Amino acid sequence: MESFRSNIRVFLAFFAPSFGWLVLFFVAPLVIIFLYSFGENVSLTEVETTWTWRNYSRILEPEIATLFWRSLALSGMSTIVCLVIGYPIALVIATARGAWKPWLLLAIILPFWTNLLIRTYALLNILGNRGRVNSGLEWLWERGYAALDAIGLNATAIMGEDFEPIIFLGRWSGVIIGLVYVHLPFTVLPIYAALERLDRSYLEASLDLGASQWRTFRSVLIPMTMAGLVTAAIITFIPMLGSYLTPALLGRGQVDMIANVIERQFKGANDWPFGAAMSLFLLYVTFIILAIQAFASMRRRGADG
Amino acid sequence: MRRRPLKLNRRQALGGMGAVGLSFTLPKGARAQGNSVSFYNWDTYIGETTLDDFTEATGIEVNYDLFADNAELFAKFRGGNPGYDLIVPTNDFVERFIAADLLQEIDHSRIPNLSNINPGFMNPAHDPGRQYSVPYMWGTIGIGYRISETDGVPDSWAYLYDSDQYANKIALLSEPTTVLQMAMKYMGHSLNDWSDENIAAAEALLIAQKPNITAFAPDNGQDLLFAGEVDLAQEWNGDIQQVMLEDDDVGYVVPNEGGLIWEDDLCIPVGAPNPEGAHELINYILDAEAGAQIADYIQYATPNDAARALLPDEYNQNPAIFPPEAAIAASEVALFPGQEVLEKIDAAWTRITAA
Repeated sequence: MESFRSNIRVFLAFFAPSFGWLVLFFVAPLVIIFLYSFGENVSLTEVETTWTWRNYSRILEPEIATLFWRSLALSGMSTIVCLVIGYPIALVIATARGAWKPWLLLAIILPFWTNLLIRTYALLNILGNRGRVNSGLEWLWERGYAALDAIGLNATAIMGEDFEPIIFLGRWSGVIIGLVYVHLPFTVLPIYAALERLDRSYLEASLDLGASQWRTFRSVLIPMTMAGLVTAAIITFIPMLGSYLTPALLGRGQVDMIANVIERQFKGANDWPFGAAMSLFLLYVTFIILAIQAFASMRRRGADG
Repeated sequence: MRRRPLKLNRRQALGGMGAVGLSFTLPKGARAQGNSVSFYNWDTYIGETTLDDFTEATGIEVNYDLFADNAELFAKFRGGNPGYDLIVPTNDFVERFIAADLLQEIDHSRIPNLSNINPGFMNPAHDPGRQYSVPYMWGTIGIGYRISETDGVPDSWAYLYDSDQYANKIALLSEPTTVLQMAMKYMGHSLNDWSDENIAAAEALLIAQKPNITAFAPDNGQDLLFAGEVDLAQEWNGDIQQVMLEDDDVGYVVPNEGGLIWEDDLCIPVGAPNPEGAHELINYILDAEAGAQIADYIQYATPNDAARALLPDEYNQNPAIFPPEAAIAASEVALFPGQEVLEKIDAAWTRITAA
């Protein structure tokens, strides 16, 4: 009896701080946001919880729905690009010689040592109409123009009068480049982990039995690392969906995503209930995605066993 | 919003951080002790040594924090004063703060230097009789432009809102209210006439013009102009003036249709821990000498006549600081449109960005 009591105390001593932390900084704010999301503005500074559904029904209005779809589309496209680029990178790291591996992994994690804002500003510098990419292209354009001129062709007729910069910023392309750049490490690491766990003899067996490299990749490697791919896709996609800084800076106010609209509700528009409803809606979408994944992986396990 | 270091390095990322709403400053004022006053101001919007001089003269320490835009300022005070004694909202937000009962009355008897202020500033529409605010600086919103790339002076909002002459060389501000207001000015309406038709017309104008616009710039239009990314930038005059000091090829004009005249005010929020100290600091800022030092450093227009008398012609006669009479006459001061209109403005803006 005595020892049970003292054990309870020990248990509480370890449990209470983390539980308190979670309640204070996670559950309580969420409850407040939840109450706000069913509220109405009664004055410039006060919100009254009236259990109205209006804030949620406003999400269905065409302009907000458009922005949700746009966020899904931008995140989806960026996630696909991340997977296509990330898989080979993970493969290279997983098959690299032992001494190289930690250094290659470090290179993947290295960008996290720099603040996101600074990295985004660097991208602004690279992708601008007068940025590094375009000035490089302009240099090539000038050389090409001079070369055509030198061999007696009408350079202007072929290449136009002036170099036209490729516009990235304020376009979908710029935002996708930014999202891919920021989230690529999240894609590479789970795929790498899956590849690392893989028993290489399956690949050897496949090749020995006459399958081509491509066939081996498609029918052995991909299915056997599918769990890692799905994890990578999800932990890449979900933070992308709530991106704020990348569309704000690289989209130049022209390619807003949903987080930018939410931010305006808490600032300029002074409409906290609507902002709260949109924040929670984003959370629900995340839950649904995670639930689908959990369900799918359960079924997969069921099928395997 | 605006305000960049003039003699510091303008290209500091800090201004941008604030501009995208990422200022994580903790209210230092909250832990103020002894005789100190907590001052919450825009970035680089005070003289180089003003606060130190104040401490030396009065013995009152100043806790100095920065905010990035009016909306952020208001959002911070919505749930109660986080511990500041002195804040600097813009006129329409002064109105919003007053409407929300977030400001305390100013005791004029404690601020003898109010007599330095030009009498024309003492009875504004947003705060009749100056019960809650003291004028700090004022200015305009107009067009900053690259002289060598523009065909004459771009003296109409048409170049920004209704023309493809400078397609993909145009930066508008990212503040929905201001951008729609200037569209309404262009269409010949008052910028305070927020009728549904005016909002809809401004929205249609912007959606049609969107392909020609390079950026809705969160207060970095002057940087885009400086870097050559755009040739026309809708901006606050002080921002362009700062670029003009570095770059001869940049000009500033308030369009013929008129722009917006704004005024930033010193206000004491409800719940200020040290209102006496705040009054003293206001009085010090309104001093002729101190006021002149501030205006000379930040290059905005001061309403302080005694301070102007101490400043050279290159400040007093500068059309980018004090625009011509005709431009002022065509321009308007924004009034707080009310919560309902704010929501309409935001919905219109969402449709513009979704287009």
